[in-house]
Amino acid sequence: MTSWELVIAIVGLTVLTVVTRGFFFLSRREIPFPAWLQQGLRYAPLAALAAVVLPEIVMSQGQLIRTFQDARLYAAAAGLAYFFWRGGILGTILTGMAVLLPLRLGLGW
Amino acid sequence: MLGTAIGIAAWGLITGVAMGNSGLPQGLMVLMSLLVFAGSAQLAVLPLMTGGAPVWVVWATALCVNLRFVIFSAGWRPYFGAYPLSERLRLAYFSADLNYVLFMRRFPDPVPAPEQRPYFWGGAVLNWLAWQVPSLLGIVLAERIPVHWGIGFAGTLALLGIAASLLTDRATAVAAVVAGCAAVAAYALPLKLNIVVAIAAAVAMGVLMDQGRQLNQRRAKPAQDAT
Repeated sequence: MTSWELVIAIVGLTVLTVVTRGFFFLSRREIPFPAWLQQGLRYAPLAALAAVVLPEIVMSQGQLIRTFQDARLYAAAAGLAYFFWRGGILGTILTGMAVLLPLRLGLGW
Repeated sequence: MLGTAIGIAAWGLITGVAMGNSGLPQGLMVLMSLLVFAGSAQLAVLPLMTGGAPVWVVWATALCVNLRFVIFSAGWRPYFGAYPLSERLRLAYFSADLNYVLFMRRFPDPVPAPEQRPYFWGGAVLNWLAWQVPSLLGIVLAERIPVHWGIGFAGTLALLGIAASLLTDRATAVAAVVAGCAAVAAYALPLKLNIVVAIAAAVAMGVLMDQGRQLNQRRAKPAQDAT
């Protein structure tokens, strides 16, 4: 791609960001939206998080991992345990990373 | 919010490093980070841009990766539908994943309220800065940042904690398990479409559970009246 093509691509991507994120509220026109679906959408945020997080913990290179010697498993468990014990995202990150780094850098997991 | 911002920053940094190492002109990568502001889509189109794919393929790919935002936008509508168009455009640009998650946790009832505007903009500006500053640093310092340490996992841990904070009852726990398993099972789908499949599966499961609960309540009521 030439520089100009890249600029056009980037401008188009910016438009896509705005159009997809605003898809159902940029137009004021009435959109028929059943109540049960609107209610069901309250599961969407948690679903999106779970869908991003779980593969990041149990998969590598597109495959489900087949070993317990993976630092991410213990880091996630430690982070989660901290969250349910004390609450707070900062502590969850610090606890998880405190488990992840020694296992990864020390043992190569 | 500090913890969440650190998680966002970690992901912004590794996204920036990936862009900086892509071999594309640094100035354009800075422009892309500042304008596009959608990490997953940026990572998905990078190899296409370096490989010289046609522009429409780049756009189609980003559209698929962004499909989850279309679902979220339906959730935003009851809150923002009445705002003026210029503000709705700005809201659309700034409404990233975590803004959606945190906003819906704070305002679960889909009813507009005056405190929603400052809440959204405070979170949105913080999120934008927490993402952009490390992302730009990553682009500029790409070769000097050791990503193999697993810095990116800080972002995963932040999301894990936020997900845990949304587990309020059995229905939400079931929805989370369904979404997680669906995302792993459908991982082989291209363009991160496994995320869309997982959201659809969890929302469908949630609707089923809600309907089942309503049915049970209706059935239990006449029995109580009889006694």
